[in-house]
Amino acid sequence: MSPGLAFAFSDWGPGTASSVAPRVDLIFWTILGVSAVVVGGLAFANLYFLIRYRRNSPAPRPPLRIKTAWLESAWITATTVIFLGFFFWGASVYLFAERPPAGALTIAVTGRQWMWDIRHENGRREFNELHVPLGEDVRLVLTSEDVIHSFFVPAFRLKQDAVPGRRVSAWFRATKSGTYHIFCAEYCGTAHSGMVGDVVVLPPARYAEWLERGNAMEDLTQRGRRLFLRYNCSGCHDQPAAVHAPVLTELYGAMVPTSDGRMLRADDAYLRDSILWPQKDVVAGYEPLMPSFQNVIPESDLLDLIAYLKSLPGRQPPPAGPGESSRPLPP
Amino acid sequence: MSSPVLIPPAPVPGPRPPDYLAAGHTIGSWLLTLDHKRIGLLYLFAITFFFAIAAFAAALMRIELLTPAGDLVTSETYNRLFTLHGVTMVWFFLIPSIPATLGNFVIPLMIGARDVAFPRLNLASWYIFMLGGLFTLYAIVMGGVDTGWTFYTPYSSTYSNSHVMAMAAGVFIAGFSSIATGLNFIVTIHKLRAPGLTWGRLPLFLWSMYSTSIILVLATPVLAITLLLIVLERCFGVGIFDPKLGGDPLLFQHLFWFYSHPAVYIMILPGMGVVSEIIAAFARKPVFGYEVVAASSMAIGVLGFLVWGHHMFVSSQSVYAGVVFSLLSFLVAVPSAIKVFSWTATLHRGHISLETPMLYALGFIGLFTVGGVTGVMLATLAIDVHVTDTYFVVAHFHYIMVGGAVMAFMGGIHYWWPKICGRMYPEWPARIAALTIFLGFNLTFFPQFVLGYMGMPRRYHVYPPEFQALNVLSTAGASILGIGYLMPLVYLTWSFFRGRRAGPNPWGATGLEWRTDSPAPEHNFAETPIVTTGPYHYPVQP
Repeated sequence: MSPGLAFAFSDWGPGTASSVAPRVDLIFWTILGVSAVVVGGLAFANLYFLIRYRRNSPAPRPPLRIKTAWLESAWITATTVIFLGFFFWGASVYLFAERPPAGALTIAVTGRQWMWDIRHENGRREFNELHVPLGEDVRLVLTSEDVIHSFFVPAFRLKQDAVPGRRVSAWFRATKSGTYHIFCAEYCGTAHSGMVGDVVVLPPARYAEWLERGNAMEDLTQRGRRLFLRYNCSGCHDQPAAVHAPVLTELYGAMVPTSDGRMLRADDAYLRDSILWPQKDVVAGYEPLMPSFQNVIPESDLLDLIAYLKSLPGRQPPPAGPGESSRPLPP
Repeated sequence: MSSPVLIPPAPVPGPRPPDYLAAGHTIGSWLLTLDHKRIGLLYLFAITFFFAIAAFAAALMRIELLTPAGDLVTSETYNRLFTLHGVTMVWFFLIPSIPATLGNFVIPLMIGARDVAFPRLNLASWYIFMLGGLFTLYAIVMGGVDTGWTFYTPYSSTYSNSHVMAMAAGVFIAGFSSIATGLNFIVTIHKLRAPGLTWGRLPLFLWSMYSTSIILVLATPVLAITLLLIVLERCFGVGIFDPKLGGDPLLFQHLFWFYSHPAVYIMILPGMGVVSEIIAAFARKPVFGYEVVAASSMAIGVLGFLVWGHHMFVSSQSVYAGVVFSLLSFLVAVPSAIKVFSWTATLHRGHISLETPMLYALGFIGLFTVGGVTGVMLATLAIDVHVTDTYFVVAHFHYIMVGGAVMAFMGGIHYWWPKICGRMYPEWPARIAALTIFLGFNLTFFPQFVLGYMGMPRRYHVYPPEFQALNVLSTAGASILGIGYLMPLVYLTWSFFRGRRAGPNPWGATGLEWRTDSPAPEHNFAETPIVTTGPYHYPVQP
């Protein structure tokens, strides 16, 4: 694409391939237009004054007839009002772009120096490539195994940091089939600029086909169950067991009493913390026996384990706040 | 230039006292000086040296980016280059640039004082600064640091295999120099003003330096604490930022930007002050809306502390925090806009001449305005999500820091050059250099706005081929910019020894610094001046 032509059309540079992209572009071009008028006006005024009021010009310089306070109040007010307008507009599109819609397809994305590890609901895994269906809401659950990365798809006007120790949502709806850049936008070390990939937007039927084809892996919950056995979680938490440990069925979404008298909601973060730092929130009536699995279970396995725990017969899911807790995966 | 002097210098009775340059010629007379003017020059030498190092790193990066492949240097080297460029430019050039050189030189002259309030502390500040610089140079010579100037955790605290500790120590130490200088200026402006120089008569440069000094004293300790915490985690494994140790990586970003956002105002506020002085002097007119412009400096200083979260809109901080920080960021843009409007209004019905300082001041207004309106775009949440961490941000802050702060610094150097060395710089070479810098700057950084909106992330050693054309343009601009910066180095050095003699007040400007000899006498004024009028007492009133 030639940069010279870039400005002539709105569909330039990064491409416009998500439902949010045209809304972001509209704000951008509007502010750019207003800015151009202001900068142009100032440039004109400055040049005009420089020429007309050059030191030797005979132009008359009578004192100003209006009060300077009026002028000042006028431009302070105008600037503030225009800025507030931009603020509300930008914030409303941002809030829309930050709240994942209900029923979105969930895909897990883990950043690692220097690759994107991407897993679909049925367990299909890919690296540095993200296949998504056209026209459907897709929610990414992002985390990182080492340093901070940032998942950036310019064509979608989408960017979200992947932070170690946190799970954060981002969502989009692709509106145009094609292949688009994924960049890591947060500096993450030596091969930062090599941590790139492609989003491949496919029509839904072809996405479904792609998802099944070549998928030799079990889905997240099946893998989670296997890990549950492998890390020997089952030794204590499956019934019957020799150790007095909390039963994990009907856990996800429930309120849990802790030994120090608090009540906690068993959401994703709670499950994650309880695996990594079991001493943090000991359930009332149990001894703090469980060892920490920090630095034992990698982030991608945690994802599967939590998916498994969520799939167990249980309560209603916790209410979804913006960008935080997540929709339960289908059993 | 050869304009009539409107304000005659105060008559100097008796024999002339030696000027500050003639007061001593030994190395000791410079390295042990307590004279604020000599200390200002010591800073000028030091920051010019650091500027050269950082500019060299930038040149290598721009050459590397001529092609999409990483062919000139390795990724490791590239990452060290942009870290070196950022750390050195921010802490060893921009932050001390106007405050420590021009501030040191002219604040006492502008308030009619003999020196700053604590001359020994002032000299100590320079030595502390140089010690910090030595640690940084050591880190560079030993192989450099690859964290970026932002030192984001847990990369810097756990993962980076480079000389983070030495570099952090350098910045930590240099911070104490900032704090001491800020403290010195606050006390100087409070206690040493000449009789009659009330707050309402204070030149706008002093208002902006006062606001800057408050930020230096309040914000820098937070940076020091943050760097210490990194050292604690890196050396002793204390879990503060790394989640594997039970820490929170976002805590670092909050602490870092709580300093580093106000630091942007440390860089730009003094520039705004310089520009106010120059516009008034070359339009022969008081700055329009003096009270509002002075108040806006203070408003920027206060509001600047409340907007750090706008660097973190996609960091996974709370969505609602993002909304509040966006609103506050729009508000902090209002006082900056007021200044731009006021400078333009100052030109109205003035008697304008276009010597070099004025060219720089006009360049500042244009480039700072472009930096400002793109800052407004960045404060807009939905746009920021797309362009943060891309070249759009790189272009934006270079418009503020280079197009703004460096242009003002160059303007200030030329404006006060007669007072510094008693001689005039050559006008035409200086004008050509100013235009070269303006053109080179725009050619370097304007394409980067486009690159950023197209999606090119910053800190990329290797990039997709569709970004090449704009990168080549940018590198071409950087070459012109480089030539523009070399020219003043040559003709200013020449004019320091050979330039035409300047009288006490070659610009016909008001202000106490123009009422004493050029170069200024060792103790500034033969007699303490008495102030009877407001600042910018030119015949034409607004």
